[in-house]
Amino acid sequence: MRTKQAELLEILEKNGRMDIKTIAKMIDMNEKEAQEVIEKLEKEKVIKGYSAIVDWAKVTEDRGVTAMIDVKVTPKRGVGFDNVAERIYRFPEVKTVYLMSGTYDLSILIEGKTMSEVGTFVSEKLSTIDSVLSTTTHFILKKYKHDGVIFDGKDDDKRVVISP
Amino acid sequence: MSRLERKTYLSEKVEQLEPSGIRRFFDLASSMENVISLGVGEPDFVTPWSFIEASYHSLEQGYTAYTANAGMIELRHSISQYLEESYNVTYDPENEIIVTVGASQAIDLALRAIVNPGEEVIVVDPSFVSYAPAVSLNGGVPIKIQTTAEFDFKLQPEQIEQAITPRTKAIILCSPNNPTGTVLEGEELNQIASVIEKHDLIVLSDEIYAELTYEEEYTSFASVEKMEERTILISGFSKAFAMTGWRLGFAAGPPGIMEAMLKIHQYTMMCAPTMAQFAALEALKNGKKNVNDMKKSYEQRRNYVVNALNEMGLTCSLPGGAFYVFPSIKRTGLSSGAFAEQLLQQERVAVVPGDVFGESGEGHIRCSYATSIKQLEEAMLRINRFVESI
Repeated sequence: MRTKQAELLEILEKNGRMDIKTIAKMIDMNEKEAQEVIEKLEKEKVIKGYSAIVDWAKVTEDRGVTAMIDVKVTPKRGVGFDNVAERIYRFPEVKTVYLMSGTYDLSILIEGKTMSEVGTFVSEKLSTIDSVLSTTTHFILKKYKHDGVIFDGKDDDKRVVISP
Repeated sequence: MSRLERKTYLSEKVEQLEPSGIRRFFDLASSMENVISLGVGEPDFVTPWSFIEASYHSLEQGYTAYTANAGMIELRHSISQYLEESYNVTYDPENEIIVTVGASQAIDLALRAIVNPGEEVIVVDPSFVSYAPAVSLNGGVPIKIQTTAEFDFKLQPEQIEQAITPRTKAIILCSPNNPTGTVLEGEELNQIASVIEKHDLIVLSDEIYAELTYEEEYTSFASVEKMEERTILISGFSKAFAMTGWRLGFAAGPPGIMEAMLKIHQYTMMCAPTMAQFAALEALKNGKKNVNDMKKSYEQRRNYVVNALNEMGLTCSLPGGAFYVFPSIKRTGLSSGAFAEQLLQQERVAVVPGDVFGESGEGHIRCSYATSIKQLEEAMLRINRFVESI
């Protein structure tokens, strides 16, 4: 049996802006109680923040480039990969860092203004870290789907207005 | 004067058939813009991609021919396994399962197979709009049993007793019910079963919404003691698997009846669409998570709508299944038809008047919650404004 807390988190994960009144009704909780659960989860940093999923390609501002970098590193005794991961994720231009199974160790997503800016980061900051053995950089050309959201998806209702 | 002008070319049976009350309302709602519809009896989800993809693949491979009349044997095996795992009922894929064009065709086949002219078939009121006409079209006489909100629209065993005559042949049950969402459980089923056994009736058990049961574990009528031998279990892929447009259902039952139904099916339909059968096969093999995700979403929306409607004074009980709520609108003083029509005109929200599903639906409206939460929020806002304006 899933807890109401898990249900609440799943709802917020899909839509962080949903009205608390609606959420409370959906999980059959009173509004005040639901609000308290959310505040508790925020305080405990289970909910780390709220953000919008933006299709930047649809607005004119230059959003720069995004690259995914596969990084091979040497783990350090006692701290494993955590130390080198921290050295990398502290750079603000690094948006995500995952430890991976398979042919490389860390998967990094990085945003920069231009390709050369990303290139500079890789050659000057990333590759020069002692434990980093190699990097492979892939630039993202087009986003079709991001965080479960299809960017060019059509969500029009194709059903007839009334049916039995 | 030609036959056409004298209107004699239509059969009496069809001439006497009442047009569905939904039709008129449909025309009205379709002519308007910006309507939020809670009037749709089908999922808002598009068919899960893996089902669609499996169907694509079958077409690419050239599976465009007829299948066996009863449906692909692999699919019948899957249905058999699914029924056993989900509802603890056993059917032989060789001679006890027929794949049909939607559950609707299965209902028609079952009635064609068992009803003699003038025989009576008991239909619960309110219920799905097609049952009574399907009985009439097959020469039978539908006998309606009125259920009430007081008993959560649950059929009472003594009501069946009262409705039975020497001509009674069968009863159509639907749990969870459309339009009320009512689910029959445990002892209720046993009591109904004992009346049915006593009077030697056949049961058409429409279990199309079985997967969408939210509170208790679902009990198939065929799993009730001694009922398997007299039950035609009817279900399909439309609702829980979000596959309405594929038109794929099935019937499972005793071999004698199934053989008769298959005989009619092979003369009148040949077989269900092949590409849809491939999608259904994938749905049963790998669709459990998809079904559960959709079910979870329906459950949350059900809770939301029931809470919102009760808050504005349109009382409704928490329905155990399907994706409909059936609130009472009696306190507004309006009839179901007037309520629905004025709500549509004033606030552009489409609901279905309860009386469309039978007399005892009067005083209620059917709201489908198979619509996004965002739409539901707006709909509730509008309905509330409408109720306050009366």
